[in-house]
Amino acid sequence: MKNLEQLKAGQEICFTGIIYTARDQAHKRMEDAIKAGKRLPFEIKGAIIYYCGPTRTPKGKIIGSSGPTTSSRMDGYTPLLLSQGLVGMIGKGARSQEVKDAVKKYKGVYFLTYAGCGALLSKYIESAKIIAYSDLGPEAIMELVVKDFPLIVALDAKGGDIYGKA
Amino acid sequence: MREIKAKQILLAIVELVRQANFILRSDVLAALKNAYRAENNNQAKIILKAILDNAVFAKKESLAICQDTGMPVVFVEVGQNIKIKGDLKSAINQGIEMSYKKYSLRNSIVADPLLRKTPEFSPGIIHIDMVRGSKIKLTVLPKGFGCENKSQLKMFKPTASLEEIKHFIVGAVKDAGPDACPPYIVGVGIGGTADYASFLAKKALLSRIQIRNSQLENDLLKDINKTGIGPMGLGGKTTALAVKIQKYPTHIAGLAVSVNISCHALRSACVIL
Repeated sequence: MKNLEQLKAGQEICFTGIIYTARDQAHKRMEDAIKAGKRLPFEIKGAIIYYCGPTRTPKGKIIGSSGPTTSSRMDGYTPLLLSQGLVGMIGKGARSQEVKDAVKKYKGVYFLTYAGCGALLSKYIESAKIIAYSDLGPEAIMELVVKDFPLIVALDAKGGDIYGKA
Repeated sequence: MREIKAKQILLAIVELVRQANFILRSDVLAALKNAYRAENNNQAKIILKAILDNAVFAKKESLAICQDTGMPVVFVEVGQNIKIKGDLKSAINQGIEMSYKKYSLRNSIVADPLLRKTPEFSPGIIHIDMVRGSKIKLTVLPKGFGCENKSQLKMFKPTASLEEIKHFIVGAVKDAGPDACPPYIVGVGIGGTADYASFLAKKALLSRIQIRNSQLENDLLKDINKTGIGPMGLGGKTTALAVKIQKYPTHIAGLAVSVNISCHALRSACVIL
């Protein structure tokens, strides 16, 4: 995303490109991997993580229901991932001050997407494949190719916060 | 004495799980439509529209309304004049397992809460009650955990004022803030014991939104909607669609109040066999 730093909290965009699903257990494993000096399952530099654990894929569909989960549970892992080059996150709800500071420091961005609208959001996903941690079931890391995925900027690189907290 | 096969209960559960996950409750849908009409905050309106579109799309495509297909909570009312042939609890859990697999719902249940290995499809939480008659009523409530995580319980002094109790309930909603998919439906259990108040708070979510709202429920709803949290926490006058309270006698020394919040995707389905 070229114009990432220009995005402002409150702005709505449609994103086309690749995002990676990761939630609680995947974050824990990624943290362990970083601390052990091991490679992560995908190139974290420039990547966007989607806090999502979809339903299983129904026959004939690309993916099942696939909306965002509560972002704050991942707060403890986020500054480390941003320091490794992660640029974007998609989820729902507010973030900690530490995450907000880290988003500003590393010039990242945190997006919201339509919460509790997992069926609708599956329409914007063009392909989906599991790339790591398949034993975690719905918490496995998936690579998603999305088209015009609706996002709302919640935290921007200049410290802006849609929820208006200092 | 009337007899019913456990298999019949299993099949009913399979169907209830499907209905609850694919078809939003008609009273919730109606409340969301009302909220959409009443909102004058533009962003809130857009979000409520997406929620309504999502319900239509989920039903049409047989997709789960929400990817968090929850931990299924099953309420069973067994008539005391009916005999169940077979194992009731395993029939329910097998029904859950079959349905979650059949309809590609999410395996969100870890067998051991501390070891947390690969998630499975069951078991659910089963509440069994004995009632008069010779029928069985089954209700399935798939409870998502974004909102379940925002549950709160407080043991008040018996001399606590109504204002203190209201403050706690509204405070629980403020603590949930934007995180648990507002607009919420707020279940409240008052009285009994700590565990029973929490059971009542959950059970309150089964009451239909539009009927028999008490003064206290209406007052709390007004207070909650004054917080301005709004859909997705981005502002507006729709922070909750309803407050539902269930009460029970309690001890002279205490006053338990439990809050169980539901996201806007409050899903449940029931059948009488």
